[in-house]
Amino acid sequence: MTDKAPTTVLDSLNLGLHTAMQEDSRVYLLGEDLLDPYGGSFKVTRGLSSRFPDRVWTTPISEAGIVGVAGGMALRGLRPVVEIMFGDFTTLIADQLINHLTKFNAMYAGQVGVPVVIRTPMGGRRGYGPTHSQTLEKLYLGVPGLTVLAPFHLRGEMPLGTPGTLLHQAITTTDAPVFFVENKLQYLLPLIQPGEGNEFEMIEIHPGDETRAPFYRVRLQSAPPPRITLAAYGYMAHLAMDALKQLAYQDEIFAELLVPTQLAPFELDPIYDSVQSTHRLLTVEEGSPALGWGAEVLARTAETLGAGLHQAARIGAQGVVVPASPQQEAACLPDVSKIINRAREMVR
Amino acid sequence: MDNHTVLYRQMAAIRSFETLLLDQFSSGIFRGTTHTSLGQEANAVGVLANLSEDDIVVSNHRCHGHFLAYGGDPQALFAELMGKPSGVCGGVGGSQHLHWRNFYSSGIQGGTVPMAVGMALAEKQQNSGAIVVNFMGDGTLGEGIVYESLNMASLWQAPILFVLENNRIAQTTPAHLAIAGSIPQRFEAFNIPAKHLDSSDVLEILPLAGELIEKVRTEQSPHALVIETARLGTHSKGDDTRSPEELAALWAARDPIAIHGARLDESTRQQINQQVEQVIHGAFQAALDSEGGTA
Ligand SMILES: Cc1ncc(C[n+]2csc(CCOP(=O)(O)OP(=O)(O)O)c2C)c(N)n1
Ligand SMILES: [Mg+2]
Repeated sequence: MTDKAPTTVLDSLNLGLHTAMQEDSRVYLLGEDLLDPYGGSFKVTRGLSSRFPDRVWTTPISEAGIVGVAGGMALRGLRPVVEIMFGDFTTLIADQLINHLTKFNAMYAGQVGVPVVIRTPMGGRRGYGPTHSQTLEKLYLGVPGLTVLAPFHLRGEMPLGTPGTLLHQAITTTDAPVFFVENKLQYLLPLIQPGEGNEFEMIEIHPGDETRAPFYRVRLQSAPPPRITLAAYGYMAHLAMDALKQLAYQDEIFAELLVPTQLAPFELDPIYDSVQSTHRLLTVEEGSPALGWGAEVLARTAETLGAGLHQAARIGAQGVVVPASPQQEAACLPDVSKIINRAREMVR
Repeated sequence: MDNHTVLYRQMAAIRSFETLLLDQFSSGIFRGTTHTSLGQEANAVGVLANLSEDDIVVSNHRCHGHFLAYGGDPQALFAELMGKPSGVCGGVGGSQHLHWRNFYSSGIQGGTVPMAVGMALAEKQQNSGAIVVNFMGDGTLGEGIVYESLNMASLWQAPILFVLENNRIAQTTPAHLAIAGSIPQRFEAFNIPAKHLDSSDVLEILPLAGELIEKVRTEQSPHALVIETARLGTHSKGDDTRSPEELAALWAARDPIAIHGARLDESTRQQINQQVEQVIHGAFQAALDSEGGTA
C-alpha cells in the first residue's frame, strides 16, 4: 500500500482492506495465494500479509471449507473476509452460503450475527475462457439474509462512494453475510470524480435508510431532461457511461444512468423515480439476462409503475458458454455499441 | 447423589424425552421430522460431562440427546418441536436447528464441520480457553467438505474434538455400502490423533473423552474420538429397514441405559425412572400449554 490517494478501483479496494484490518483487530482475511509478494491473483490483497501476518491466512484450495470456517469465526466474535479467487468458483461455496451462513440468524431466532464478507471478481474480457470468465452473481440475488454489493468506480467525497469505502463499510459494520462482487476489468478503471476532467454530474441517493449502500444517478452536465433510463452496476456502469455520452453527442438522445451499489436486497426507488419521467428502462448486466438482475429490475419496475413503464429491455451476455477467443468472447458479452443500438431503437 | 446416578438420570431423561416424542408424533402435535438418539445416549452424556462452562458444542441432525446432555431445557425443546414461540429458537429452527448458549446444531450433513473448525480457531485467536466438540455420523464421511475441514483443523491447529458416532448406518444405508477404508485413519491422515472405542458404556466413554478434551485444551490442537455405537431406534420417525432380529440383538447388547442401569440397585433405578418420567411429562405438558404453535 502507498500513502497516496488511490487512483484505481484496485488501489481503492486494497486501501479499504488495509484500513479495515488496521482499525479492527477482529478482521481476518482468508483466501488462496494471498501472501506477499504475490498478494492474491488480482493483487487486491497486496501488502496485507506483510502488515498483518497473524490475521491474513493463505488457505488450501477449499472454497467451501474456508467460507464455512469464516462462518464459524464470525459466529464467535471475529469479522472474517474471504477472497474467492475467481467468481466462477463461487458455485463451490453455494451450500455454505445458502444453507449455512445466511440461515443462522433467522433459524436461531435472531440470536446470532454472521459478519462475513466474501469478495470475488466476476467477468470476462481477459480471454480466460468458459470457467474463468462468468458473471454469476445473479445466482445469489434474492437469497434471504444475503446482501450483495458491487462497487462503482468513484473517487471523492461521497460518503460510501469509493470502492474501498464500500468494502470497508461492509467489513466493519455488517452483521450479516455480504457477497461483494468485483469485476476483473473494473479493477483497472481510474476512479473518477464528477466534473473533474469529465462531463458527468452525479448525485448520491440512499433508498431506505442511510446505512444502505447508495445508488448514483449519473447525467451529463446541463443536459436536457432524459428520455430513457439506463440501469447498470459494476463494470457495466462504466460502459453505460460511455454509451450515455455517445447517445448525447451522436444522436441527441439524452439518458440518465442509475447505478446501484447494493444489488440485493432490491431497493429500486431511484429507478422507479427516474422511469416515472422517462417511461423507458434499459438494464445492462454482464451475465446472461435470463432470470437475472435486469429481469428482476424490469419486473419490479413494471409491478410498481404499471402503465407508467412504456418500454423495457435488457442487455446482457448471450446465454452461452463464454468463449476464450477474443472475437467470440466480444460477440458474446455486452458492449457500448449494443447499449447504444438498443437505446436508439427504444427512443426512436 | 453419586456420579453413577447422575449419569443414569441424564441418559434416562434423554430416553424418556425421545420415547415420548415418538409416541406423540402421530398425534399431530409435532411437525416435520425428528431424529432420536435411542441407543446413543451414552455418547452425548459421556462426552459432554467433560465440558467446561465456555466450551462449544456443534451437533447435527441427531441433536436432541446432545442438547439435553449439554443442559438444554426439555420444555424449550418440546416447544421448539411444536413450533412454538417459547421454543429454543422460537419455532423457526425445529428439530435439527438448535442454538442455546454455546450449543449449535444444523441439518446439512458435513456443512457444520468447517463452521466448528472456524469457531475453534476464533476461540484460539481470542485466547478464550474454550474448545469445540463436534459430533458427526459415519454417513457424513461421504461429504467432501469434511476433509477440507480436517485439513484446515490440523493445518491451523484448531482446538476441537471430533466425535464420530459410528452407528454403522446412515438412514438406511449400512456403512459397508458407503465407507471404504478406515475411519480412524481418515483423521490420522491429516495428523489428527484418533482414538477408537467400541462401547455403549458411559463409564468407558466419559473418561476417554475427558482425556481427549484435556489434550485438545492443553495442546490447542485437534483430536478425534471414534465411538462404535448402535442406533436402536429408527432413522427418523419410522423408517428402519433392518430386520427385527438384528434390532433385538442390538437392544440386548448395546442399550447404554441397561448397561449402566445394571450398576444401580433396582429401587434406585425405579425411583430415578419415575422422577425422570415426571419431569419429562411435565415439560411436555408445559410446552403444550404455552402459547401458539401447531398444537
Ligand atoms: C447434505 C445432506 N445430504 C443428505 C441428508 C439427508 N440425511 C439426513 S441424516 C442422513 C444420514 C446421516 O447418517 P450419519 O452421518 O451416519 O448419521 P446418523 O443418522 O447415523 O446419526 C441423511 C442421508 C442431509 N441431511 N444432508
Ligand atoms: Mg450413522
